[in-house]
Amino acid sequence: MTGPLIEDLLRELAPQVLGVLVRRHGQFDDCEDAVQEAVLAAAVQWPAEGVPRNPRGWLLTVATRRLIDQLRSDRARREREEATAHEVVPEEVPDTDDTLLLLFLCCHPTLTAASQTALTLRAVGGLTTAEIARAFLVPEATMAARISRAKQRIRAAGSSFAPPAGAERAERLRVVLQVLYLIFNEGYTASSGSRLHRPDLAREAIRLTRAVHAQLPADGEVTGLLALMLLTHARRAARTTPQGDLVPLAEQDRGRWDREMLDEGTGLAKASLGAPELGPYQVQAAIAATHADAPTAAQTDWRQVQALYLILERIAPNPMVTLNRAVALAETAGPRAGLDLLAGLAADPRLAGHHRLLSVRAHLLERAGEPAAAYEDYRRAARATASLAEQRYLERRAGRVRPAG
Amino acid sequence: MKFVISLHINPAVLDALTDEEKAAIGAGHGAFIEELKASGELILTQALVDPSQAAVVTVRGGQPVVTDGPFLEAKEFLGGFYLIDCEDKERAIELAARIPDAAIQGLGVEVRQVMFSDGQLEA
Repeated sequence: MTGPLIEDLLRELAPQVLGVLVRRHGQFDDCEDAVQEAVLAAAVQWPAEGVPRNPRGWLLTVATRRLIDQLRSDRARREREEATAHEVVPEEVPDTDDTLLLLFLCCHPTLTAASQTALTLRAVGGLTTAEIARAFLVPEATMAARISRAKQRIRAAGSSFAPPAGAERAERLRVVLQVLYLIFNEGYTASSGSRLHRPDLAREAIRLTRAVHAQLPADGEVTGLLALMLLTHARRAARTTPQGDLVPLAEQDRGRWDREMLDEGTGLAKASLGAPELGPYQVQAAIAATHADAPTAAQTDWRQVQALYLILERIAPNPMVTLNRAVALAETAGPRAGLDLLAGLAADPRLAGHHRLLSVRAHLLERAGEPAAAYEDYRRAARATASLAEQRYLERRAGRVRPAG
Repeated sequence: MKFVISLHINPAVLDALTDEEKAAIGAGHGAFIEELKASGELILTQALVDPSQAAVVTVRGGQPVVTDGPFLEAKEFLGGFYLIDCEDKERAIELAARIPDAAIQGLGVEVRQVMFSDGQLEA
């Protein structure tokens, strides 16, 4: 087995081994350290000496020994830990839903979203601190400090490995999905910087969401989120020019969309609508599926998109949703109708001066035959964004409607 | 999200401070840096030499021309910066408010988001 294959194997096994350790010993932070060390040892030994017959058992044994070494320094615990050290390690790690439990733990409500994301990628995604630091463009030391703080905070909060129950469980699952979506979005559209995509992060988010979906296939929102990610990710190749410039949905070469991924996403989106309750991810997936269904931008079923945004506005009201509905409305009822809807949004402090509001208004003004006003909004939108790719796109649009003289 | 918190100093204001006040600013920055490291929000910080040590470089007719002194005819100059990685702009502002300079008339603290990065951190 070669290096990259071993890396994939380790990424897959690390969370499973961590799950067993935490289940057996509690103390997430110590267990996590022990698993990281075992993975490190495997990454050094396996390429040289070959992958052991039972890699999971090997990792579990080494991690357990590391953990016991750590715990031994605590004299009060010595006796009990001696006994554990002599325990025979089972050949196979039991096949339980540890991934979900780990996700629940990493998405602990006492952590900030940034820490939840980092911890999820390390403990469940199996990414190293260096990889996570690279993905978020921060030094390794910065990311290491953040992860270790997060682990301390989980410990201080007295977390047990018991899965949350009832309403708390539903609430925690909501946070888990939000963190996975956050990871996906950071990979899909980096919030700032020169590169528009960080496909590794998007792929990792899809992989983790698949794992959750495998355990909760009947949950409409989990299915909806996976569908939304696949439908969005399928457009990746068509979203940018070779120079890295942004290509809007209407101008994308749909032949470059990943058909297989779209079909899978569309299937999941449809399946998710059968769930007893309807949530925002399901509706967003349905919108993305409507776009995927259209062979050309002109053939998009805008009435359906507009109707779906109305539903989304009702179940998850948010000015950004209304903004998107204005785009759909403009397609069915003309740019004036869209602009009227935007007029009501301008006063919302969450959107005032936001580059999305400015750029949508600029588009609609351009279509309504008001190039001078469109030019002003394109320029203001370009100044307000923190993404270089978006700024270039908006400046180019502004150049097309620049008033003479 | 990454932000630069830039520190704009007025050398005359700094000179007018007592030794105790100067020491308090230094200690305040030290504590601030430790806190940022512990929270994982510090990327790096750099302090710049006094603006009187600056050189302005221009190229005229293909020839470089170097003159002493800062570029701006201003009272306040860039004294240094913090490059941080934090949750959002509100958090960056909250952090900036903890910098001792922010409490002193004549010293300015400015927060702006980073739009493009290259170099070691992009590796």
